[in-house]
Amino acid sequence: MKLHRRALLALTLATSLIAPSVAMADGTIKIGTLATLEGPFTVLGQDSMRGVELALKEHNMMAGGMKLEIIQGSSDASPDSAVKAARKLVEQDGVQILIGPLSGDEGLAVKDYAKTQPNVTFVNGTSAAQDTTLRDPAPNFFRFSTDGAQWMAGLGEYAFTTKGYKKAAVVAEDYSFPYTQVFGFMAGFCKAGGKVPSKSWVPIGNKDFSSVIASIPDDVDAVYVALGGADAVNFLTQYQQAGGSAPLIGGSITVDQTVLGSEGKTKDVVIGTPSAGPISDTDDSPAWKKFVADYKAAFADGFPSPSLFAHGYYVNTTAVLLALDQVKGDVSGDQAKFREALAKLSFDTPTGKVSLDKNRNAIADIYLTEVTKLDDGKLYNKVVKVVPQVNQTLGMDEAEFLKLGVVGRDNPACP
Amino acid sequence: MNASQAGTQQGVTARQAWALIGLLAAAALVWLFLAVWPEGLVSWMGPKKTFVNAIFNGVTVAGLYFLVASGFTLVFGLMRNVNLAHGSLYLLGAYIGYSAANWTGYWLIGIAAGMLSMAIVGVLLQYFVFRKLEGDDLRQTLVTIGISIVAADLMLAVWGGNTYQFSVPEWLDGAISTPIITAIKSNGDAVYMKYPFYRLMVFVAAVVIGIGLWLILNRTRVGMMIQAGVDDRNMLAASGVNVQLVFAVVFAIGAGLAGFAGVVGGSVLSVAPGEDVRYLLASLVVVIVGGMGSVTGAAVGALLVGLAEQIGLVYFPTYGVVLTFIIMVIVLAIRPQGLMGAAR
Amino acid sequence: MSITDIATGPSAVDRFFQQLGAAPVILAVALIIYPLIVPGFFTFQIGGQILILGMIGLSLMVLAGYGGMVSLAQLTVAGIAGYGLAIFGINSVGIMGFGWPWWIAAPMAIALAATAAALIGLISVRTSGIYTIMITLAIATAFYYFVNQNYTLFNGFSGYRGIQPPTLFGLYWRDPLPFYYLCLASAALAYGLVLYGARSSFGLALQATRDNPRRMRAIGYNVTAIKVFAYFLAGLIAGTAGVLYVWFNGRISPGTISVAESIGILVIAVIGGLRHPIGPFLGAAVYVLMKTFAIDLIGAERFNTLIGLVFLAIVFISPDGILGLWQRLKPHLAPTSLRPHHEGRD
Repeated sequence: MKLHRRALLALTLATSLIAPSVAMADGTIKIGTLATLEGPFTVLGQDSMRGVELALKEHNMMAGGMKLEIIQGSSDASPDSAVKAARKLVEQDGVQILIGPLSGDEGLAVKDYAKTQPNVTFVNGTSAAQDTTLRDPAPNFFRFSTDGAQWMAGLGEYAFTTKGYKKAAVVAEDYSFPYTQVFGFMAGFCKAGGKVPSKSWVPIGNKDFSSVIASIPDDVDAVYVALGGADAVNFLTQYQQAGGSAPLIGGSITVDQTVLGSEGKTKDVVIGTPSAGPISDTDDSPAWKKFVADYKAAFADGFPSPSLFAHGYYVNTTAVLLALDQVKGDVSGDQAKFREALAKLSFDTPTGKVSLDKNRNAIADIYLTEVTKLDDGKLYNKVVKVVPQVNQTLGMDEAEFLKLGVVGRDNPACP
Repeated sequence: MNASQAGTQQGVTARQAWALIGLLAAAALVWLFLAVWPEGLVSWMGPKKTFVNAIFNGVTVAGLYFLVASGFTLVFGLMRNVNLAHGSLYLLGAYIGYSAANWTGYWLIGIAAGMLSMAIVGVLLQYFVFRKLEGDDLRQTLVTIGISIVAADLMLAVWGGNTYQFSVPEWLDGAISTPIITAIKSNGDAVYMKYPFYRLMVFVAAVVIGIGLWLILNRTRVGMMIQAGVDDRNMLAASGVNVQLVFAVVFAIGAGLAGFAGVVGGSVLSVAPGEDVRYLLASLVVVIVGGMGSVTGAAVGALLVGLAEQIGLVYFPTYGVVLTFIIMVIVLAIRPQGLMGAAR
Repeated sequence: MSITDIATGPSAVDRFFQQLGAAPVILAVALIIYPLIVPGFFTFQIGGQILILGMIGLSLMVLAGYGGMVSLAQLTVAGIAGYGLAIFGINSVGIMGFGWPWWIAAPMAIALAATAAALIGLISVRTSGIYTIMITLAIATAFYYFVNQNYTLFNGFSGYRGIQPPTLFGLYWRDPLPFYYLCLASAALAYGLVLYGARSSFGLALQATRDNPRRMRAIGYNVTAIKVFAYFLAGLIAGTAGVLYVWFNGRISPGTISVAESIGILVIAVIGGLRHPIGPFLGAAVYVLMKTFAIDLIGAERFNTLIGLVFLAIVFISPDGILGLWQRLKPHLAPTSLRPHHEGRD
């Protein structure tokens, strides 16, 4: 047993680990960004980083008279990796503000982590699970983007009254974000008198939807689909191949740019699909048009129009920068001043006014849209209606809203 | 004499019993397919459409699994090489096929590109990697794991996390009506089941390729050499055959089939990161169940796994995987070498 | 990772002192004072993770190095312990969570994992050699898909959150310092047991079974039982690491035990070296450091290419990992005899 040299090697290794925690230079604020820059959501993560970049550019990389140092963190969309990345940014890189993460369960995990780091302020990216802010919130977690249920505001009523769908089947992915979306849709749809006789929860990563499609009842007027990315495209193609004829109602990421921009024939199926979300491609407001123009000018390799991930990170980053301006870059101690500024912040985004409620969750406008084909053959979400200033309880009394219970596979139900 | 007679008689009776059970099961299945289901059955098993669709899906998915797994099993049978990068070959073939089809506008060119490029990659792998590690099973396998890690990451770098969807040509597209009646409408009209034509064609293609492989293996000289190599590699080498060439041919066929399956499968579903692992798992289970090195075994295994997966998905969604897994465990317990595998 | 912290009694320690000289003592001291001089991040996130992943790698090394069975399901075993802890103990998602105190929940979780490991062993020893990799990979993948899709037991994609280590002796065991020492003690214990076990009669029988199962069977050993018991013991180590891993993350979800992560354990063990129990810990150090800091060096996107290439290089150049590389670079060092007695038996 000659461990001699190996032991020395291990020792060298051990000592090399003792790198000093990077001390902050005067006049610089360290901001960490956390998005899915690896794994299957890489494309979305990259677009979210474009949103951050755009916001920073508008502020010339300065806020409150201080220089900003941006450190990127990356997850693969699993909560574990999000917390690991957040921990590295906070504990190793010493960021004072962290912007992110991107997806729902990551948000829940990072919120839990935020509670253990009272001296760092966490601002959401685009993660949209309800309970990140609604139940058991962290006092230092702020969300200037809205949650998945808010994104559905008005869609249920619209589908029932305007579109005339009385019965809808639900097909959605099996995790927290689609639960929240289905909850938001059904809240309006069931209240208006609609029925949802069947809900199919599809495991993430399942590519073969034919059996799910076969189990959709024949007598429904429409199918509400809350799937994202690869799964949405898969479902839409297979639905068409199987001769599916019921019209679709889309979740916020079902007919997002990611899906509308994808290649293939799914395009024909989705024309006319109503959906709702925090942004709309064809919004005519000057603020949105400017945002799109800036995005296109800055990123030749970006999407034809910024995705809601670019938008969400842009809004959250802008909020951080505005609040930093207000407190002159004072993020010392427990960042009380900065957080107060954040909590009171109310500002105009490309998609209207945004402010926070008492749980530090955004109150913002929601866009009701319908997929339309433009002259250039590309698909866009055309604005049908803007639902103004939607709050997290969808306009309900908070106690009454909380009584509806935690969103999940079986809640809500109106068969 | 008496004892052996009794034994024979018993054997025959047992066989007869099994045959009877088999016949009854087949008759029940035919009835399930053809009859209009009575109310009681519908309330117990759900609508007939769901059941028939699950069976159809199971069989067509099995076709796809067979295409992937047959290459895997062929390579293993001859070279004792567990190519855990086989899933990567599937996905890379699909990506290359997609790019080619997109660029030229012809889906068939995509198929050819996916298949040929992977055949070439297969030969290169054999020449530059496996020949270097000849006879060291474990290291060969480890290398394929390393390759699959790097390949998955590089594919993500080149093609991104996007989902790609092939445009299947018109003549393959759309749903066709099958002669199976799934329900009777209230006005007395029969509702015939619709099924995607393309999926049926995938199954047909799998059968054609399966028969082709069987013919190549059993009726051609190269096939005989491959078979001989499966049985006794050293003897084949001793009889003057250029074993390395045979290996290269087999690897080309195996990898080419993976590439072919990539384009065909990518057209049924879609092409996206993570598919490599999914098809690697399918191949693993199919060949563990069917028996390593046996093309017939791959067919049987694919059918079992495909049906189990789809029926599981419909009737007990959250335990679907367990069904596949149970099949694997049962087979390992009864016949460790797989249903059609030769005992080694 | 500590060399002297071995539960083999003073005589064994004495023997080590004589054989090894001062280096291991220095290493042990270094490991003990390490958290006192580095920031909390390095103690908890880096140190803790290296020790935990190293232990899981160690359980693979036991099977592969001494038993010749390369199992890709060791992270799955750790995951079973983790899920067991979430189910038996307390979690915050409101599903399962029997609320047992940690001193029942944790041992039960480990026992469950070891039993599961033995079952996996029972299934995979039906065949041998290269089949083991395939079957265990299939098991690992199937279990991953299963927990991802099952809600009644595993809460699907979201998994379990809010799993806390206990507060004991006035210490909260998830604070960096206590947690590091907890991991270090567990790892040292596992390491010592493996070193000791390799020389025990069971360890020798296992190694002999690896080298010549037929002869072992002929002289009356129950080869299957030996192999399955090895799986069980490795399962104890992996299960312990699984409990620590859940305390470390505070949560467990299918992503924790995904196929890529399972293969990561193999990468750790192979990079470190499969011939000596210190190997997996070295491998884990390389892996964790690379994974954590890749984003600063080459960008997070290409970490897998980097680790994959390192892995390939190791497999091609030095099948015995960093350990083997080290020995080859220093040929004047007598190579470690890893199976000191079994030649006599063989």
